[in-house]
Amino acid sequence: MSDINYKEVLLKPIFKGNPVTVLVLGICSSLAVTVQMEGACVMALSVIIVTGLSSFVASILRNTIPNRIRIIVQLVVVSLMVILVDQILKAYAYSVSKTLSVYVGLIITNCIVMGRIEAFALGNKPIPSLLDGLANGAGYGLILVVVAFFREILGSGTLFGMRIIPQSFYDAGYMDNGLIILPPMALILLGIIVWIQRSIQKDLQEK
Amino acid sequence: MNTNGNTYTVIYSTILVVLVAAILAFVAMSLQGKQNENVKLETISKLLGAASQADESLTIEGDADVLALYAEKIEDAFYVNGLGEKVGQMNTGKENVKDIQVTTTSDLKKQNDIIKKIEDGQNDLASTLAMPVYVFNINGKDVTVIPCYGAGLWGPIWGYLAINADGKTIDGAVFDHKGETPGLGAKIADAPFCKEFHGKSFNMDGGEVFTVAKASAITEPEHSVDAISGATITSQALGKSINLWAKYYKPYLAGAAAAHQAEATAVSDSTMTCTPADSVKTTAPAEVKVNVEE
Repeated sequence: MSDINYKEVLLKPIFKGNPVTVLVLGICSSLAVTVQMEGACVMALSVIIVTGLSSFVASILRNTIPNRIRIIVQLVVVSLMVILVDQILKAYAYSVSKTLSVYVGLIITNCIVMGRIEAFALGNKPIPSLLDGLANGAGYGLILVVVAFFREILGSGTLFGMRIIPQSFYDAGYMDNGLIILPPMALILLGIIVWIQRSIQKDLQEK
Repeated sequence: MNTNGNTYTVIYSTILVVLVAAILAFVAMSLQGKQNENVKLETISKLLGAASQADESLTIEGDADVLALYAEKIEDAFYVNGLGEKVGQMNTGKENVKDIQVTTTSDLKKQNDIIKKIEDGQNDLASTLAMPVYVFNINGKDVTVIPCYGAGLWGPIWGYLAINADGKTIDGAVFDHKGETPGLGAKIADAPFCKEFHGKSFNMDGGEVFTVAKASAITEPEHSVDAISGATITSQALGKSINLWAKYYKPYLAGAAAAHQAEATAVSDSTMTCTPADSVKTTAPAEVKVNVEE
């Protein structure tokens, strides 16, 4: 455990071991908050901060945590971070916090956060744990942003609320795809991303 | 040190929880002011949203300076009780936009609780109500905005109705909700549904003041709006809350309409050469972002 390859810790969760597409964690929120880029970016940032800081704090506490109430202590740490993020969003990004509604609070139940604390932070020093948390949050955020990109441009013809598809397209008969706004299409998009990743990375394919 | 002993576990968890609670309490308290400010701003833009529907030419852009616009358009804001008497005054922010006072949803909830008690038979409480009334002047037209509040399917729903000077015709409506089902109950906040309220009116003669029901069950189309299909409970709850709140606003609205009527008659009798009211305030100042629709 003493030799930690920092590059591996930082880069693996972004692509090769992406928590959403490889471990298939955090699906619920990635379907719910990817209708618009703005919401997806704020959500991604929130999750990065929460996973990073809770892994960091849990790693500092790792030698003092009584084993029997390990999960409860982790949950307390995670909820602390989530509520802090939620409160700050409510104060400084009110409209975004309204669109994200309950999903910020639900970061508590995002398996990525607890998963990384259990799997990494409890066995490693604080700094690698912080990096691991940040990288996993970023891996999740990346997928969120990619899905939101397609959903917003195909579903509303906008990006960050700005019109991208010109009016002349609509005049010529183009229509926004209403279906892509709904969660099932987000799941299909996610499936396509998993498909692309597995066709590049052959070792992920099950025999 | 034995980190698995009972004593250690109990002490550890106690310290941790107290510590976390202290941090959260501190953060919540220090951010409270800012958060309340946001809620107030949202309420103001909803009020303006309802009032502005009274005049087609006035639309509010998302990031417009709502405070300045509110201060410009508001004429009077005050509280009335269930008997139609004025019981308090709100600061309209004419001198300083920072002083604007509005009634946010948490205060509406308190009034709703009193209304429920009155409905349960405690009639003497009607005089203790303090329900907000906002009188706007939208391009020369007097528009009274009144709120409504009630329980939806998953959480509270509320809205603001812009009432014409006649005290019963609805000129505009804006609704919002805490967490109704997206695509179904959440549609009450969408513009197409709110548009349906335009031109409808309160039934001031007794019976149901206003209803939201499915098309086949509507008997008085001028006092009803078609419910959202698939969102029966939210629609019914909305109808119920409008009905209930309008019932207690009725004494005030009837009084205000009568006063307005008397005033209008007096004006038309005495000065036949008066200028049309809407030519007084037709142009908005340049610093306020107002869109004129084509």
